[in-house]
Amino acid sequence: MPKLTIDGKEIEVPAGTTVIQAAEQLGIQIPRYCYHPALPIAGNCRICMVEIEKQPKLQIACYTPVAEGMVVKTNSPKAIEAHQSVLEFLLVNHPVDCPVCDQSGECKLQDYYMEHGQYNSRLVDVKVKKQKKAFSIGPTVMLDQERCILCTRCVRFADEITKTHEFGVFNRGDHSELDLYPGKQLDNKYSGNVVDICPVGALTDKDFRFKCRVWYLGQTKSVCPGCSMGCNIEIHWDKSRPHSHKKARVMRLKPRLNPDVNQYWICDDGRYDYRFIDEKRILFPQQKGAPISWEEAIDTIAQKVRQIQGAGQMEKVGVLVSAQLTNEDIFVIRKLFKDTLKIFHVDFRVPEKPGYSDDFLLKADKNPNTAGAQAILLQEGGISTKEIIQKATKGDIELLYVFGHDLVKLFGKETVEQIAKNVKFFVLQASNWNETCDYAHLVLPSAVYAEKDGSFTNCQQRVQRIWPAFAPLGEAKGDWEILSLLAEKLGIQLKFSSSEEIFNEITQRIASLSSMSYEKIADQGMILDGTRH
Amino acid sequence: MQKILTRHFNQANSHRLDTYLHDRGYEGARKALTQMTPAQVMEEIKKSNLRGLGGAGFATGMKWGFIPSNNPKPKYLVVNADEGEPGTFKDKYIMERDPHALLEGIVVTCYAIGSHKAYVYIRGEYVKSMQILQGAIDEAYQKGFLGKGIMGTSFDLDVVIHPGAGAYICGEETALLESLEGKKGFPRLKPPFPAVVGLFGCPTVINNVETLACVPHIIVHGAEWFAKLGCEKNGGNRIFCVSGHVNKPGIYELSVGTTLRAIIYEHAGGIREGHKLKAVIPGGISAAVLTADEIDVRMDFDSLKAIGSMAGSGGIIVMDETTCMVWAAMVAARFFAHESCGQCSPCREGAGWVYRIMKRICDGEGRPVDLKNLPGIVGNIGGNTICAFGDAVTMAVGSYVQKFKSEFEYHIKEKKCDLTSNLQEAWH
Repeated sequence: MPKLTIDGKEIEVPAGTTVIQAAEQLGIQIPRYCYHPALPIAGNCRICMVEIEKQPKLQIACYTPVAEGMVVKTNSPKAIEAHQSVLEFLLVNHPVDCPVCDQSGECKLQDYYMEHGQYNSRLVDVKVKKQKKAFSIGPTVMLDQERCILCTRCVRFADEITKTHEFGVFNRGDHSELDLYPGKQLDNKYSGNVVDICPVGALTDKDFRFKCRVWYLGQTKSVCPGCSMGCNIEIHWDKSRPHSHKKARVMRLKPRLNPDVNQYWICDDGRYDYRFIDEKRILFPQQKGAPISWEEAIDTIAQKVRQIQGAGQMEKVGVLVSAQLTNEDIFVIRKLFKDTLKIFHVDFRVPEKPGYSDDFLLKADKNPNTAGAQAILLQEGGISTKEIIQKATKGDIELLYVFGHDLVKLFGKETVEQIAKNVKFFVLQASNWNETCDYAHLVLPSAVYAEKDGSFTNCQQRVQRIWPAFAPLGEAKGDWEILSLLAEKLGIQLKFSSSEEIFNEITQRIASLSSMSYEKIADQGMILDGTRH
Repeated sequence: MQKILTRHFNQANSHRLDTYLHDRGYEGARKALTQMTPAQVMEEIKKSNLRGLGGAGFATGMKWGFIPSNNPKPKYLVVNADEGEPGTFKDKYIMERDPHALLEGIVVTCYAIGSHKAYVYIRGEYVKSMQILQGAIDEAYQKGFLGKGIMGTSFDLDVVIHPGAGAYICGEETALLESLEGKKGFPRLKPPFPAVVGLFGCPTVINNVETLACVPHIIVHGAEWFAKLGCEKNGGNRIFCVSGHVNKPGIYELSVGTTLRAIIYEHAGGIREGHKLKAVIPGGISAAVLTADEIDVRMDFDSLKAIGSMAGSGGIIVMDETTCMVWAAMVAARFFAHESCGQCSPCREGAGWVYRIMKRICDGEGRPVDLKNLPGIVGNIGGNTICAFGDAVTMAVGSYVQKFKSEFEYHIKEKKCDLTSNLQEAWH
């Protein structure tokens, strides 16, 4: 392994590593525009030039492989001058319309100007005018040609990652323009990613444009609940200025790097599916459409449970669990309903139609935690959802406790009408309004993933953490917290003070998670032990 | 003075195979293919001190030597006939007046490097060159100088013409390869160099037309003879293209060691009546301009490099005292701004910026600060780009500002130009 020195610090890296990568390992960020670790090297922006001893010219760090004994200077006067000069060139024809640019605050032209620029403008001449400004190039993205610095990241993304080849650079010299090929639209399942990789304001997200200045955004690490891939994301929220956007808290979702799951990307389905976090939420417990307090609601359920328990009729309780819930929620459900109350009609498998899938990130199973439910609920014995529903329609179920599901969508209105008629007590614990709410006798408001601390297990059997971005909306509570209240009412010892406590118990009870802890899972996840997949 | 490259130029039907054969045509190829090994051919070229006459002056034999012998991929020869350097018109004459000299050079070169396919990438505007060269290729196929089993040996070679589409940058060898592959003509990052990863990812030699036309003569007359024609480390003759304010503009085949003064005053007939030399571009517009005091320089690659200019493509543009150097610089800058491919930022944005400043000064709107800024702006382009185009902007445009500073100052101060040359009038 070659050993080299960068800014006086020694490092040994595998042969083939580039100078920019080696520097990164030392915590030295060499400025870059065209370089992106997931894309082929273009070497066109030239801002990553560094001085290498014994080489007459500056070299671009993104393309130069390390060599034994190499001495690199990223901050020598020559290198600094080069960084400045590239910035100056890139800004010669850039409109510098930051006040009206959505990228402002997360723009690499701004960032590097502060870090490496800070020169006085020498430009007195007119700028080259380009045609397309605020130009729609597809359902999700807007193009601004004069802000574009022609780094070709988006071109390479469409060529190499999605292989949809929408982008090209047309014309020559300082009249070069980024555009779509004639007749093309940027309309693929991963189009939003070009906005993330665009280092400037050339490609902006229609969904996010002018909604919020980025410096107002809080960031919370999470996992996309859109399918079983479990792409790592960041929730960007603005809680402090709810008047700006009709009380919506979440402004956008961004991919978060996980080399083993989604790398740098997420699909558009996941990216734009966040409005449910703030919209059509169930805000307080309701009995037959009328608001009641949590106290009353929990009391009502507890009475019902005791009644059935007293009659020795626990086979008349059905629980429909959801693979949208966290491992922690599902474990508490198991512990309360299966292990303690000895209810055996507990199932999470519902007859859902497989969704859109491809060979990249999109999976047909649209639940984030099917693998977790499988591992924790150990779906043996008992009867399946279908049978529980059959029993319920026939009146063989006294208490039906449903988590999250919209039974109307799954089984049809008629079935649900029958259930509402034949089941004595029908509880729906859900975060958002769905048609089934109208039929449930009791509706309990639960938190959405963005309000929860916990974990999901993805289709790779990878257990991944989610963190709460903010408190549950209205009177909603986390699913396991609601069950804790119920347990307490029933006089059952099920006291957990945090998700981590639940997770620690999971690791003691379930062999495949035995080596895990929140600390170990951290923000990149851990694969289940001994998984056959 | 023995002419080799241009010796047929004034003969009738000089482009025909029978004319060429009449004067020992294809003897070099026959000698190479039947009496020499490829290694011997390569050695001979190395000893001849032949250097690339497209502009870079790289040692030709050494370039061939970079072709890896153990690479199982096919090897290609690509002929750079994208003659676009302003002031240069020699390859055009070779292709139109003596195309078989080029073809014979191609045969010998391909034999030496083990290539069985050569592409001739011709500047799109050179329609006549393409037609004549294609005629010559057809003749050569008929006579068995191209195709299968050339001259009864087991050596096969096909030659294909590919027209360019009007981009100066496609004369840059890796941009040419991209263009030949059907892509936009953008220079490639180097390394790898074309000798290892070239056309279609295969080992490739790229040589200029004139360079290849020298090759058969080296084989026939020997490396020593060729080397002696030139000067140390730079063998042979080359064709100088003289244009501008001389009495006899045209092409002159001379030893590479001839001085610029001799070319202008002895061969090209001196400066036009009643005028005196002011400046001269020695090797195409990319070369730094020389003042009248600098013309005692020898025209070989090393001598011109030593005084901060370059021999380049051999395009000599002579300017007399009627020429406004601010205007000349602006025209050069305009060319670079127009032809920058736009791939990398310093050249893309810089070339246009420099042109706009030059234009402004020319138009009488210059500011004193322009002269302070120009060297820095121009200097930030060269050395920082993917290809040598950026270096050319820095070298060429920078030289006008440096060597004729007082003219720039006059323009900025007086906001006018007192010179109107006939060139300038013709340009408007």
